[in-house]
Amino acid sequence: MIGFEVETIIAILLGVARGATPLVFAAIGELITEKAGVLNLGVEGMMLVGAVGGFIAVVATGSPTVGFIAAMLAGALLSALFAVLVLFLHTNQVASGLALTIFGVGVSAFFGLKYIGTPIKGLQAIDIPGLSDIPIVGPLLFGHDIMVYAAFVLVAVTAWFLNKSRWGMILRAVGESHHAAHAIGYPVVLIRFCAILFGGAMCGLAGAYISLIYTPMWAENMTAGRGWIALALVVFATWKPGRALIGAYLFGGVTILQLNVQSLGLDVSGHLMNMLPYIATILVLVLISRDETKIRLNAPACLGKPFRADG
Amino acid sequence: MRLELSGITKAFPACIANDHVNFNVEAGEIHALLGENGAGKSTLVKMIYGIMQPDEGEILWEGQSVTIENPGMARKLGIGMVFQHFSLFESMTVLENVALGINEKGPLKELAKRIVEVSDKYGLPLDPERYIHTLSVGERQRVEIVRCLLQDPSLIIMDEPTSVLTPQEVDKLFVTLRRLREEGRSILYISHKLDEIKALCDRATILRAGKVVGDCDPSKESARSMAQLMVGEEIKIPARNPNAKVGEDRLVVENLSMSTDDVFVADLENVSFTVKSGEIFGVAGVAGNGQNNLLSMLSGERLSPNDEAIRMDGLSVGHLGPHKRRKLGLAFVPEERLGHGTVPEMSLADNTLLSGHGVSDLVQMGFLRFSKAHNLAKKIIEAFDVRTGGSKSEAKSLSGGNLQKFIIGRELLKSPKLLIVAQPTWGVDAGAAASIHQALMNLRDEGCAILVVSQDLDELFAITDRMAVISHGRLSPARPTHDTTVEQVGLLMGGLFDQVDAWDEEAQR
Repeated sequence: MIGFEVETIIAILLGVARGATPLVFAAIGELITEKAGVLNLGVEGMMLVGAVGGFIAVVATGSPTVGFIAAMLAGALLSALFAVLVLFLHTNQVASGLALTIFGVGVSAFFGLKYIGTPIKGLQAIDIPGLSDIPIVGPLLFGHDIMVYAAFVLVAVTAWFLNKSRWGMILRAVGESHHAAHAIGYPVVLIRFCAILFGGAMCGLAGAYISLIYTPMWAENMTAGRGWIALALVVFATWKPGRALIGAYLFGGVTILQLNVQSLGLDVSGHLMNMLPYIATILVLVLISRDETKIRLNAPACLGKPFRADG
Repeated sequence: MRLELSGITKAFPACIANDHVNFNVEAGEIHALLGENGAGKSTLVKMIYGIMQPDEGEILWEGQSVTIENPGMARKLGIGMVFQHFSLFESMTVLENVALGINEKGPLKELAKRIVEVSDKYGLPLDPERYIHTLSVGERQRVEIVRCLLQDPSLIIMDEPTSVLTPQEVDKLFVTLRRLREEGRSILYISHKLDEIKALCDRATILRAGKVVGDCDPSKESARSMAQLMVGEEIKIPARNPNAKVGEDRLVVENLSMSTDDVFVADLENVSFTVKSGEIFGVAGVAGNGQNNLLSMLSGERLSPNDEAIRMDGLSVGHLGPHKRRKLGLAFVPEERLGHGTVPEMSLADNTLLSGHGVSDLVQMGFLRFSKAHNLAKKIIEAFDVRTGGSKSEAKSLSGGNLQKFIIGRELLKSPKLLIVAQPTWGVDAGAAASIHQALMNLRDEGCAILVVSQDLDELFAITDRMAVISHGRLSPARPTHDTTVEQVGLLMGGLFDQVDAWDEEAQR
């Protein structure tokens, strides 16, 4: 009944990777933050600040590399504000995180005002002569922009870091029991500070991916709730980087698919179709991680709890 | 001299934890640091282990003045510590926990080999790949001790190591500690259990209110004389009324079971027992064996799956909530004083309303009567000698012992038919503990049925009439306390219910 051209299918699949990549960056950043025991609900705000920061840098310099670095700095800077509030002033993490999102929305809109409608040249897919020209497989494996590959590398490195490296073990320990970690002699606050900064930088990168590659432009509030999806992914993925990646691709995939199905004019309410990615992602992640014991063991026991080093 | 402290002072905003403390530990001795809760023992050892810094004074290690900036530095000097509330990470393996707590950064495979070596050498069997949350409390302590020994320490600090162990586990621990002493290591042993100190330690330093009040040879002192030094006043031993009469069955629990998917909590399996009016019934056991589930089902915070499993005066109450059970004459003192027994930020008067709103005249036509609440709080403060600023003081401003006296007083003044108390004297100083015990025994003599759930065997032997032991969610048959020995309770704590029965039969023959 409906026939897809091969090119259309390839375009859809490339779109899936583009939709998923910012979620992967943001989710991995938040995952590291939460593994250290800090709940930062400001993902959306940090993504927006990264998006506008990266965009401004690209307009000024024309270099995407500078853009991504600027985005990471902007995200980290905003998260540093959060870190000072929750680590040194012992404010409530949930309230501070929500405030950070609201602040991020406002501050990005303020700095981005002049740039609405400014055109930039989006980052092109890396093109490896020969490999990219292989039919079907070529563009699917080698036809993406470099950040798509970077996201996969990030997931692999994060998984290795958390499970195999000494520093990853220390990070998990701090999230598991800050009092015990303190008693053994680890600098709990410093480790959490670094984790929050890393989370901020990754969220900034995720935002810049949206404003530089996904839709190369700046618009107010352009992350459109992806920060919240990333937050949910971390929990549903039971704090495992690999599962967060699966979840992000699932979400990206169903989003793109339902858009394409809608454009074919199927007689299904668009609102229902818009719900699909959320339902599918939650369903699959809940099904693959329904072992309650494992959730308890993976969840950082000190998540969201303030720490005071008073012995 | 291995370790010498001179003039160590540490002040907190609210109190002086250590006031010019001097003492020393020699090579190859087990040195006791003895004192009540809040005497400043833990603060002192935290400074020796580098977790805190003293405000004043000097620490000499092997004759050299040192500043111990952090635990890593303490370990480098040769100081190891076994914590009271273990510094272990539940969702990690034994191996990872050990790796986190030592200074060397070698490959984990080699470390696993060394763990097995050390645990074999000292008879502390451990599997490096096991997860901490699957280990018993005794095994967790082994992890801490092995971690400490891997650093080859010349001084080992042990903070209340036996508070969570069964008597048999305590014996095994002592064998290990004596062996470490023979190797020339020093042990700083913190405790308030006098019998243990007499059995184990070569020398004792006694702390009271942050000051050193005495130094003694425990083997030459009596437990009583050390207790007096520790408390600073004569302790009244609670008196039993020989004429107390045991009445009818007040609380009957029959085949109470409960299961959760939660690996961190023990299920309950066919728990049955009876508490009669005019008796104190004790439930002994190491924490985490199902006590919390049992208590929350008895208080009504968690409903029993079967209504008939819990009966009060013949009435099935398994499906009634806490409020309705209170109206039937139940009073409940939970283990956690702040947050469960009281609201920390509320005044004592407001806290009387917490459990009293339905059963006394504190509420009239739906309105709270604050003046009555204040009067009630004042009455409790007076009757139970609660040391506090008054009925308007916040609950969290009271010391553990005084708050516990207040909570017990609050429940006692309701003249309950059935009182359920968890850990009545946990973290309470000896003077307050004695008065709490006396109050419980007086209430029993008035005909109340009392259930005491406690980890403190001395307490249970001192006040209960009958006792049973909970282990892995199963409750042993009840036995008269005067017919029971500590060894039997210890075997029961390990779940060896059959073995104790066999022992009894042998004794009868």
